[in-house]
Formats: sequence, C-alpha cells, structure tokens
Amino acid sequence: MNKSSNKFRHLVWPLVSLALLLLFNAIFTDNFFKIEIKKQDSAQAVQAPSGTVESPQPGTSWITPENYESVNDSVEAAANAATEEAGAAAQTVQDSAGQQAAPGKKDGKGVSIFGYYLYGTPIDILNQGSKVMVLAIGMTLVIATGGIDISVGAVMAIAGAIAALLISMLDAGTCIGAGMGPSVYWIIPVLAALVLTTLAGFWNGMLVAGFGIQPMVATLVLMVAGRGVAQLITDGQIITFDNPGLVFLCNGHALFLPFSVWIVVAMYVIFGLLTRKTAFGLFIESVGNNERASRYAGIEARRIKWLTYVICGFCAGMAGLLAASNIKCADSNNAGLNLELDAILATVIGGTSMAGGRFFLSGSLVGAILIQTLTTTMYMKNVSPAIVAVPKAMVVIIVCLLQSPVFRAKVLSIFASKAAKGGVQ
Amino acid sequence: MKKFKFPMRYVPISATILVFFIVYLIGIISFDNFGSPKVFLDLFVDNAYLGIAVIGTALVILTGGIDLSVGSIIAFTSILIAKMIATGSNALVAIALALAIGIAFGMLQGWLIHCFSLPPFLVTLAGMFFIRGCGFIVSEESIGIKNDPVFNFIQNDLTIKLGKGMNLRFIVIVYIVVLLAAIFFSQRTRSGRSIYAIGDNELAATLMGIPVGRTKIMTYTIAGFCSALAGVVYAVYLKAGNPLNCVGLEMDAIAAVVIGGTLLTGGVGYVFGSLFGVLVLGLIQTLIVFDGRINSWWTRIIVGLLVLAFIFMQNLITKISKSKSKSQ
Repeated sequence: MNKSSNKFRHLVWPLVSLALLLLFNAIFTDNFFKIEIKKQDSAQAVQAPSGTVESPQPGTSWITPENYESVNDSVEAAANAATEEAGAAAQTVQDSAGQQAAPGKKDGKGVSIFGYYLYGTPIDILNQGSKVMVLAIGMTLVIATGGIDISVGAVMAIAGAIAALLISMLDAGTCIGAGMGPSVYWIIPVLAALVLTTLAGFWNGMLVAGFGIQPMVATLVLMVAGRGVAQLITDGQIITFDNPGLVFLCNGHALFLPFSVWIVVAMYVIFGLLTRKTAFGLFIESVGNNERASRYAGIEARRIKWLTYVICGFCAGMAGLLAASNIKCADSNNAGLNLELDAILATVIGGTSMAGGRFFLSGSLVGAILIQTLTTTMYMKNVSPAIVAVPKAMVVIIVCLLQSPVFRAKVLSIFASKAAKGGVQ
Repeated sequence: MKKFKFPMRYVPISATILVFFIVYLIGIISFDNFGSPKVFLDLFVDNAYLGIAVIGTALVILTGGIDLSVGSIIAFTSILIAKMIATGSNALVAIALALAIGIAFGMLQGWLIHCFSLPPFLVTLAGMFFIRGCGFIVSEESIGIKNDPVFNFIQNDLTIKLGKGMNLRFIVIVYIVVLLAAIFFSQRTRSGRSIYAIGDNELAATLMGIPVGRTKIMTYTIAGFCSALAGVVYAVYLKAGNPLNCVGLEMDAIAAVVIGGTLLTGGVGYVFGSLFGVLVLGLIQTLIVFDGRINSWWTRIIVGLLVLAFIFMQNLITKISKSKSKSQ
C-alpha cells in the first residue's frame, strides 16, 4: 500500500461494511436510495400536521405512501418501546415539525434558505444517527487518551432535562429572559444545557485526571447518579415542549439537509481542526500512548486528559439536546439509554484503539453511520426494534475481530499452513 | 518494638461492613420495626438474584476484566424459563437448559476475550445486546409462571419456616450456598488463586506458568453460570419472565462489587465483600421505601456517591501501600 492509502486505511473495513449494507438495501429494499427534493411552502406547513401515519394527506405531492412509511419506520424515537406514546406523537409530526419550525425561525435567524429540503431514507439515517455521531466525536477523543466515558448517556438525560425544564419555565414566564419571546429565548436552555454538561465533563475529568481514578470507574459514578440527577431536575416527570427553536435542532432543515446534520458537520470541523491543525491531537495521542513519557516530554498530560473529558461532556450535552428535540420531550429514564455503548462501538468500529494513542474522528462518524444504517435497515425489514440488538451485536463482534491483530494473524497463519501443506504435497 | 498493625488489605472490606452497620443503625433509629428480623431477611430475599449475579461479576473483576452482560442474561433466562413452561415443558428441563445456555455464553465470551485479545468491555457489551435481543426473540412480552409443580414445590416445600411468619426462602439458601462456594473457590483452590494472580499482573502470571487463558475463560464461564442462575432465581422470585427485566443491572452489580471493596483494576478484593456490597444497596432501597417521602431516584444518587466514596478510599489505600513498599 502506498502512503496516501495508508492514511485512510482505518476507514477501509467500516466503509466496506457500510457499502455491503447499502448494497443489501439497494437490492432488497425498495426506494431505499430515493431522495426527493421537497419544496416547502406555507400551505403544506399548515396542512402537514393533520396528516397521520396511516393516512398521509393525499395531495401532499412531496410524500409517496411507501416513502412516508419507510421514513417513519426508521424513526428511532417512535420505535422506542418505552416512549411509544410520545414517540408516535412525535413521529406523526416529525416531517412537519421542521417545516413548522422553519417559519418560526425565519424572523429569528432566517435559516430557511431556498425552502428546498431533501427527503429519503439516507437523509433520515443521517438525521437519526446525528446523536451517536456527536457523542462519538467526544468519545473518540476520550478513548484516544486511553480513557473511557460511560456516563454520556446519563449526561444526555441531564441535558434534555435541564433544557426542557428551562423552556417550560420560560414558556410560563417564570424565568428571566422570558420577555425576549419564544423565537429567541430558546437559546437560554440550549446554552444552559451545554454549560451544565460541560461541567459534568469537567467533573469526570477532575476524577480521572485530577484524582487519578480509573476512567471506567470514575465515569461510572456519574453514570449511576446522573439519571437520578436528571430525574431530580424534572421531578420525575416527562416534560414536553413545542418551542419552535428547540424543536428545530433535530427536526428542522437548513440548506437541503436536516439541521442536526449541520450540527454534526460543524462539530466535526471544529474538533477536526482543533486536533489536526493544532498540536492538541498529537498531545492526545502521545498521552494515550504513554502518559508518563509524554509528561517527561513536557506535555501537561493531566490537562490534556481533563480537556478531553470536558469536550466529551459538551458533545454529550449536544447529543442530549438533539435527542430531546427529536421527540420534543425530556424523558430522564430513557433519553440516551445505552447510547454510550453505541458511541463506544462507533468509535471502535472507526479504528480508534481502545488502548488509546490513535484516533480517527472520521472513522468514528462512519462507524456511527454504520450502526444507524444497520438499525434503519432492520426497521425497514420489519424487525422489531428490540431484536435489532442481535444482529448489531454480531456486526460489532465481526468488525472487532477483523480489526484484531491476533485474529488477523491467526487467519493468516491458517492460510499459511495450508499453503505450506500444499507445498509439501 | 512490635505493634499490632491492621493489614491494609482488610481496610476496604472493613469499611464496607462499617457502612452497612451505620446504614442499618440509621434505619433502626429512624423507623420503627426497621430492626425486625423480617426486614433483615427480606433484604436477602429481595436481593438474592442480584447477589448471585454480583458473585460472577466480582470474580471477573478480580481478573481485571469486566462483564456487562449480567442483566441481559438474567432477563433472557427468566423469559426462556417462563416461555418453556408456558409451552408445556418441564420446569427442570427449562432451568437446566437456561443454565447450560448461560455457561455456554459465558464460555464464548471468555474465549473471544482471551483468544483474540479483544477488550472484555466490548465483547460483553456486544454480548449484552445480543442476549437481550435473544430474550425478545423468545417473547416480547412478560410471561407469568402459573401453577407449575416444580415452582410450587420450590415455593412451598423448600422454604424453611423460622416461625413468626418468617420464612427462609429457597432462593436465599441458594444464594448463601453459591456465596460460600465462591468464597472457598477464590480463597482455597488453585484456580481461584490464579484469578488473583492474573488480576494483579497478567504478564507476571503468564511468566509464572499460570494457565492464564484457561483461568480467564473459566472465570467468564462462571460469571455466565452465575448470571443464568440469578435469572432462574429471579424467575422463582417473581414467578414471571420479562425480556425487559434488569436493564442496567450490570451497573448495580459493578457498584456492589466496588462498594464491596474490590478494586476495579483487578487482583484486590474479596468475594465475601460483595455480600455486603449487595446488602448496602438493598438497605438503601429499603430505607427509601420505609421513608416513603423521598423519591426513588435518590437511590441512584446515593449509590453513585457511595461508589465515589469507596473509589476515593481505595485510591488512597493504593497510594499509601505503594509509598510504603517504596520506602521499604
């Protein structure tokens, strides 16, 4: 292999798997790649909310029944058994929500450019996968230092809880800033959630880097306690909201794509530049390789580790906002449940070593898309969401085996011994 | 000059026992009847399944690994037994099959972890997804176990009556037997001591000629068996199976192990401590139930704080013993 291909070597297996999955879909799923450009106008925005899953509005030219169904099938929130009710409601208005939100945003930021949006399963995969993608960015950096953060799911729940609580207070006018009007004040809960989760990351970093506790254990604390905190914030209730700004995060569209995709892109660019165009990425890798050696080399190993946890907390906060925005409510029990696992899987599938010292943000994103594509494929094949875990687990083990040097060596040695035998005969 | 010195390695477990008695004392002082033997006995009845699962987790953690598939295996076993009984098979056959699957699954995980040097965290994570999904394949809904002769026999005839409405239920006896067996295994057998050696330093253990691979695979197999047995106990306890049971139980199990004084890096700790880890978790829950005013989510927060406190203590102890060994 030449040098340029070496640079992308880590992406080979995830991309091959993804390609296989997409090929499977291309053959066995009708309309999988059908992407339509929809024009949004005010009439449809008004009309859309009245449409239901079973009977899409006739005359809404931008949705074919099969397409509509497939889009809805893959809405993870709806399939989530625990939030079935809330999810079903969210699902019904999922497509319309973004369009509803867009006019609301017009006077705020004017994001609704051109008024054209893309619809289709691949786009939906990107939208639904955005949570794991955002999580995976932060997780990748943490894992690169040889650590792990298993509290991200609980932190997501905290983010959703605080955002929903604040927005409900703002809606009721019992919080400062309510005077700004609903089209502006949604920024307050967003900022508050991000600040709080960044603090949660700071706490994790303090335990890991400050006190030298093993990462798995240190983040276990917040994982166990975090959901309790989230429930404390929401008082055990599921808080729903319909603020257009907050709903826009995961349901709105901008520049042809769902807005959540742009959030992912923005975070990828920011952290990609931060790690690859500054020395930060190198520092992370050196700390992950050998903490003591890098400290002797003059790198503030503690500070680097600390910072990665802070970033991970921030990413988890963003993912939590997306999750809450997607189903328009904060469910402290189920928000981000097991998503830490998905994030870790995405990272590992993307070629980042669990031992630290090597990381690929792009690989993690591909890993996240792979996981989401697999999930969506299952849904489209009428597999119950609960059973989706089975093939998911098998894919994970297979990808891990393919990446395991021991496995490769063993397979190679089998081939080698066969060749040797052939030679003797 | 000879002074009596309390061995450092007994500090965490003593602290656990101390915490247990403090929490128990708080309960007795705050609430009437908290000190009644029935409450104490119920602590075992309600947490027998968790206790059995924690034994497996504790052994795995002692090797320096981790097992996240615990809760899922419990759910899978309970639903499998319920389903098999509902479709007319013998309960004993169902239980035997469930235990066999647990053992096989644990062995498979151990094999993957050892032979391909995959991280235990990842393998058991995938295992957790896999086996829970399998549970949903068996049945997506909860199934009750009604009028099964074997279950009735366990429920009625195997319960030792201690009088005054106090019953020593069979599942508690199972827990205590498994616990004693695990304590004996970890302290007095060659394989058990190998677990400590591997957890302390795997490379050194390999160089010493300890069968690292065999011991590791065996430990995960035992963990699989313990989880499956916990599932059986859970099915007996609830008389039902549900694939949604015990989501996140693995984290409770790990918390119980940590509170029980076992170092998550492996090699240090006692299976015996896990008993108190489980009892402390159970006590906190009982306290909150007794109080009635506090919301149940405080359990999570208190458990989290306890885990934190124990981690700090363990870190301190490790540092002190390290500095001592340096000075010697």
